[in-house]
Amino acid sequence: MIIPLQHVLLLSGVLFSVAVAGIFLNRKNVILLLMCIELLLLAVNFNFVAFSRQLGDLNGQVFVFFILTVAAAESAIGLAILVVLFRQRSSINVEQLDTMKG
Amino acid sequence: MSFTEILFYVFSAVLVVSSIGVITARNPVHAVLFLVFAFFNSAVIWLLLEAEFLAIVLVLVYVGAVMVLFLFVVMMLDINVAQMRAGFAKFAPLGIVVALIVVGEIASVVWLKASGANAVTNALGASSGDGAPAAAAGYSNTQALGELLYTQYLYPLELASVLLLVAIVAAISLTMHKRAGHKMQDINAQVSVRAKDRVRIVKMAAEKDPPATGQDA
Repeated sequence: MIIPLQHVLLLSGVLFSVAVAGIFLNRKNVILLLMCIELLLLAVNFNFVAFSRQLGDLNGQVFVFFILTVAAAESAIGLAILVVLFRQRSSINVEQLDTMKG
Repeated sequence: MSFTEILFYVFSAVLVVSSIGVITARNPVHAVLFLVFAFFNSAVIWLLLEAEFLAIVLVLVYVGAVMVLFLFVVMMLDINVAQMRAGFAKFAPLGIVVALIVVGEIASVVWLKASGANAVTNALGASSGDGAPAAAAGYSNTQALGELLYTQYLYPLELASVLLLVAIVAAISLTMHKRAGHKMQDINAQVSVRAKDRVRIVKMAAEKDPPATGQDA
């Protein structure tokens, strides 16, 4: 009847590792890096929702709510920085972002 | 296997496939659309996990606002796709190896320590193994979440709203474009103006000789 906790955790782990692999694969494209961060946060949210379900505790869902808020703010500012970057350099290639010599 | 479980496995399979689509799509627009699809599938799974409010928030706020913002930015920027994918084949083995390692570790923790998870559940006082019992018929997830948010989590909620305000101001001030012919008030210049900027005092000789005093009287 009920979905086992282990299966949800495994789904979350698979999603997380796919996103980590995406960061490795698309390390030149800033916008795909941002999308992979969204996937990472989604995987983490799955854990919170699953444990909230398992323990019958709503605090986990409140935490997911705040994570969604912070993620929305993060992606809005990240995309704004991306737009400014593209205006300055006409490229979003990470390899060309070396003005600070880091 | 119940109908709920079948739905869960179907939607999680689609979710994993679409997340792989996000990271391998050739066109960034396709990647964003795959991500939207992944969010829809997650919302369905969250509905199955009885997190109804969060599922609706994920679709309305996340897909409706954040992903549309992503789509706008991706379509606005002229991205050189071929150049962006130059290192894809080179990094692919490393990425796949890292992903498999992470999956293996998480799977080993989840499966081999499953008894430990039940112990945690027991320690926290919830019903063991099968999780909390299904909610009653009149139960409203949104109402329960709202009661928690506006009492116990009131200050974090206010902080979150301030955070969103900061994000609005930051995003607008970062991307505001100052064009040359743009007519707008410059408050800073208006406030810092001095009298000598506006009034010019000219010292000059008189134009013609003043009339002799007392002649007309």
